Amino acid sequence: MGRYLLTLRRFWATALAGQLEYQLNLLIDLLAMAGNLAGSLFVISLFYGPGRNLGGWSWEAALVVLGVYTVLDGACSSLLRPNLGTIVTHVQQGTLDFILLKPIDSQFWLSFRTFSPAGLPEIVTGLGLTIWAAAKAGATPNPTGVLTAALMLASSLVILYSLWFGLATTSIWFVKTWNATEVLRAALTAGRYPISAYPLQLRSLLTVVLPVAFLTTVPAEAILGGISVNAGAASLLMATVCLLLCRGFWGYALRFYTSASS
Amino acid sequence: MKGIQAIRIARVLLSSQYAYMLEYRAEIALWALSGVVPFIMLALWSQVDASGGSPGTLGLSRLQLGRYFLSAFIVRQFTIAWVVWAFEEDALQGRLSHALLQPLHPLWRYLSAHLAEQATRLPFVAVLVGLFFLLQPDTVWLPSLAQALTALLAIWMAFAINFLLQSAIAILCFWSERASALERLLYIPYLFLSGLMAPLEVFPPAVRAFALWTPFPYMIAFPAQLLSGNPLTFSGAFAAMAGWIALLLPLVGLLWRAGVRRYSAMGA
Repeated sequence: MGRYLLTLRRFWATALAGQLEYQLNLLIDLLAMAGNLAGSLFVISLFYGPGRNLGGWSWEAALVVLGVYTVLDGACSSLLRPNLGTIVTHVQQGTLDFILLKPIDSQFWLSFRTFSPAGLPEIVTGLGLTIWAAAKAGATPNPTGVLTAALMLASSLVILYSLWFGLATTSIWFVKTWNATEVLRAALTAGRYPISAYPLQLRSLLTVVLPVAFLTTVPAEAILGGISVNAGAASLLMATVCLLLCRGFWGYALRFYTSASS
Repeated sequence: MKGIQAIRIARVLLSSQYAYMLEYRAEIALWALSGVVPFIMLALWSQVDASGGSPGTLGLSRLQLGRYFLSAFIVRQFTIAWVVWAFEEDALQGRLSHALLQPLHPLWRYLSAHLAEQATRLPFVAVLVGLFFLLQPDTVWLPSLAQALTALLAIWMAFAINFLLQSAIAILCFWSERASALERLLYIPYLFLSGLMAPLEVFPPAVRAFALWTPFPYMIAFPAQLLSGNPLTFSGAFAAMAGWIALLLPLVGLLWRAGVRRYSAMGA
């Protein structure tokens, strides 16, 4: 375990040092984040008018959902996209061989090799928006509430990671699956809005098949203090199942890896 | 003589690019699928209409809403441009040098690649539209011939605007190697002002008035309104689109001439 933590620190320190060479990128990331957030706020505000709202959620509560979404999006840009995006390249060029030979778990290496500061502004702003909107919505912080919220957020991160890694794993067979993760990203934008704003049939689809509900709505409910025990347990169960499935799938896929150009 | 040769070049370019794109049809199918955003937004907006208030709160009926977002999906599929990505890769890998030596403007090659890709996309889009009608049979509509033709013209003009706008950014590759970062910034107002997330009818008047001064609503909302047969909220849209094209075309030409002079052939 200690060895993995030490490796992780070295990975991220070198990645940060490399990324800080490109300071202009950071400015563009900041601008993109501000623009995206302003646009999302604008679209949500369109749903609020006399006699209408977003699935029965108040404006402040809907902003908590947007805040959680922004945090997850930041985690995507910082960790998931830079790391899991390279799996395809490794399979294509045959460099996955070198990773499999290393005396460290291959899934760990592929998942945490680099870290991009591109998502940090989003994570910070998302957290800020969440806390501000939760306070406005009248949530009172207490130890159990904060703990539940943190647990639900962690569980949603695990689900997101498992979905993404599972999809990236299919590149062992199909080689080019860069676009498949694009489809996943487009579908996940559904998480910007609370699940109860969707029609009934779609709600079950977004809970069981593509667990968008556990990504943003359930953590937001936990933050606002209105989470049922069932929803919390379901989220933890979903996270465990997704993680085990994606771990098992990676082991299974490796049996079919035949290496490129050898 | 010159005209005949131009037609021959166009035919060869289009057929070779089409054959190339067919090789990547699985990938293009996934791209088509990644344009699901209008359907997500339709699900949300249709709930607003069903739950709170009378159908008049949005100014659009449920059927009009469904047709609008389906049309927006179709318009988006046939106006997508990806010149920036292709051009950046070609410039960084040095492939641009070969293209510059040929007696044909490289942008024509990208244009034919886009048209070929749209042709490859067509069957997937048709399948998705069929699926949509299967799920919501009451939204089925057939635009009249005049409607279909004007919508087609609007889609082509929208594609021209998008292509020229992206080309202008792509040419900035001659000055900075990472023009695609700029394209990321341009995509944000496009996403929120084009009418992809919400019909223009529900925008506050001030925002709508501002949006109409940008090219973005003409790239999705206007062609989608034409195609869906909904009441038009634009006036003089074709003139505005022609104006944008007339503005962007010489700009791209000027940028190109200035850029080529700076070109230093990377990787050669």
